[in-house]
Amino acid sequence: MSRLSDANVSIAKEIIGRYPRPKSALIPLLHLAQEQHGWVSNESMSHIAELVGVTPAEVYGTASFYEMFKFHPVGRYCIDVCTNISCQLLGAWELLEHAERRLGVRAGSTTDDGMFTLEDVECIAACTEAPAIEVNYRYRYRVTPDDFDALIDKLTAGRLGDEVPRFGTLARVRQRTTDRWSGAGTTAQAEVDAR
Amino acid sequence: MSEVPSFHVAGLVPTGPKIITSRFDVEDGYTYDGYVRTGGYQALRTALGKTPQQVHEEVRTSEMQGRGGAGFPTGTKWGFLPPNVFPRYLVVNGDESEPGTYKDRLLMELDPHQLIEGIVISCYAFEAVQAFLYVRGEMALAQERLARALNDAYANDIVGTNVLGHDFSVDVTLTWGAGAYIVGEETALIESLEGERGMPRLKPPYFPAAKGLYMQPTIVNNVETLANVPWIVTESGQAFHDIGAPTSTGMRMFAVSGHVERPGVFEVPNGTTTFRMLFEAPEYGGGVRGGRSVKAFIPGGASAMWFYPEHLDLPLDKPTVDKAGSMLGSGAIVVMDDTTDMVAACWRIVRFFARESCGKCTPCREGTTWLERILKRILDGHGRAEDLDTLMAVSESISPGIAWPPRQTTICPLGPSAVSPIASAVGRFRDEFEHYIDHGRPIDGVARHPIPGPSTEPAHA
Repeated sequence: MSRLSDANVSIAKEIIGRYPRPKSALIPLLHLAQEQHGWVSNESMSHIAELVGVTPAEVYGTASFYEMFKFHPVGRYCIDVCTNISCQLLGAWELLEHAERRLGVRAGSTTDDGMFTLEDVECIAACTEAPAIEVNYRYRYRVTPDDFDALIDKLTAGRLGDEVPRFGTLARVRQRTTDRWSGAGTTAQAEVDAR
Repeated sequence: MSEVPSFHVAGLVPTGPKIITSRFDVEDGYTYDGYVRTGGYQALRTALGKTPQQVHEEVRTSEMQGRGGAGFPTGTKWGFLPPNVFPRYLVVNGDESEPGTYKDRLLMELDPHQLIEGIVISCYAFEAVQAFLYVRGEMALAQERLARALNDAYANDIVGTNVLGHDFSVDVTLTWGAGAYIVGEETALIESLEGERGMPRLKPPYFPAAKGLYMQPTIVNNVETLANVPWIVTESGQAFHDIGAPTSTGMRMFAVSGHVERPGVFEVPNGTTTFRMLFEAPEYGGGVRGGRSVKAFIPGGASAMWFYPEHLDLPLDKPTVDKAGSMLGSGAIVVMDDTTDMVAACWRIVRFFARESCGKCTPCREGTTWLERILKRILDGHGRAEDLDTLMAVSESISPGIAWPPRQTTICPLGPSAVSPIASAVGRFRDEFEHYIDHGRPIDGVARHPIPGPSTEPAHA
C-alpha cells in the first residue's frame, strides 16, 4: 500500500502543526511520501489530502508543478547533471554525453536495472564548482568523466550507502517540535481567520 | 583598452572585515558549540537589550541593500509594514536558483546559526510572531544542517517561547521547496508556502508587506541579507555603512564562475571592488583562464544584461551598474572568454527561462518557448534569414521597448529576463548569429558543445 506508514503519519502531524494553516505543509508531506516509496503515487496523494483537509486533486495540482516529485518509479539514484551557463562553459555537455554512454540511457530515462535515472537539469547553485552534478540531491563538484565513472562504480557496489541514501530521502535530520514551541503564529492566525 | 592603472599594485584591491563568511574556515562553525565559541548569539543578547525600534533603526542606518536581486534597502522594506496589523510573518528566501548564483547555500551549509540569529533578531525588530525558512528543495545538506541548528537553537532558548528569558517569543519553521525557479520570486514563494503552485501574485495589491502570507503583513528577505543582521547589531549600522561605497554599503558575496583560473565565492567590500579586480586579482579569480581575454560577462545572474571588456573597471556599485545598463542582481558573475560561442550561451540561458516559466502569463509562457526554439534551430544549423527579426519581435511582445530597466507585459520579471541574453547577444554579436544562419555552424575559433537532441520543430510565425 502507498499510504503513509504510521510512523510517517506521526511525523506528518508534527509537520502540519508547525504551520498556521495545514495546507502549507503540502510540499513537505509530498517529500515525506516520496521518501517512503521513492516516488509519489495517487494513493499517497489521497492520504496527504486527508491529512491536510483538501481534495486529492488539489494535492496533485500542487505536486505536479514541482520538478522534484516523480509520479512513477525512478532509479535508486537520480543523477542530475547541470548544463546551465556556468557548467556549459566548463564542459557540462561533454560530461552529459559521457554519462549517457556510460549508463546507456538518454537524459530523462532510467537504466533497465532501475539503478540510475539521468537528468539534464537547470542551475543547482554550484556555479563556481562547474561542472557540477547531484546524486539524490547530494553534490559532486568539478566532475570529470573519470570522476563520473568512479562514482557510478561506487554507487553500483553500494559503497556510498551512508553518504547517498536512496532516492526520495532528502534531509536525514528533521526539525522537531518541543515544548519550547510557542505556537503563537497559529493562535494569532486562527483569531484573524475566525473574524 | 582601459586607461585605469593595473590594480596589481599592492593595496589597490580593497579589503574589509569578514562579516558573514568568518566561520567558513572553522571546522565546526556550523554547530551550536562552534557558533557560540566564535561569538555567536551575542548579537541577539544585544538586540534584546534594545527596543525593537532601536534595532530596526540600526538596520536602517546601515542602508544595507537586499542581497536577493532587487537590491532594495532592507530597513526601508521593514518600514513598509502597516502599523498595528498582526500577526506579522518573516519569510526567508533560501530558494537560490538564479543561474550563476552561489552564496546562500554556502551560508546555510557552513553557518546556519548565523542565519537563525539574523532571523530571530529581525523578527524581534519588526515584531513578527513566526518565521518560515524556505530552503530550496535540491539542497539536502543545507536542510540537514539547518534542521539540526534549529533543534539546537530551540534547546538553548534561542528560538521559541521567551527567547533567552525575555518576554519575546518567536517560532521558526524550516520548510522547503521541490524544484521551481519561479519560487524565488517573493509572491510565488508565498504561494508555495501556502501549499499552492508557485505562481506570482499581482503587485499591487499583493505587496507582501501589506498582504503576504495568509494575507497578513509579511517581510520576505534573502538569506544573505539576514545573515548580515547580527554583525550590524553588534558593530552598529554606521560601522556597516562605513564599509564599501555610500551607495552600496557593507561587504557582499559574489560568485565568480566561468572562464577564470580560480572560480570562487568571495566576500568583498561592496561598491568599491571592480569587476577587473574580481576576475584578475590572485586572491580572487586569478585571471581569465589560460591568459585569454574576456569576451563578455554576466554581472548579476542570468536575468541581467551582459557586460563587455569596456565595463571591466566599473565598481560593483548598484547605481553605477544600473546606470551602465545592467544589474548586480544576486551577485552572480559569469565570465565568458574569447572562445565562447555566444549563440550557444544565449540559447542556454533562454532555455532556462523557457523551462522555468510558470505558465501564468501568456507572453512569457508562449514567448520564452518560441525564443528557445528559434535559437535552438539556429544552433542546429537550420536558422532562417528572418529569425533574428522574429527573436526581436517576440522579445518586444514580452518586454516592450527591449530596454533596461525592462518593461513587461507579464506579472513578474521572469519573462523579461529571457529577453536580456537575446538583447545582449544579438545586439553585440549579431555577426555570430548571422554566420550560424548562413553557414549552419559557428564562427571560427569558438568552442562547440555536444548539445543533444534533434532540432525542435520550427516555431511558426
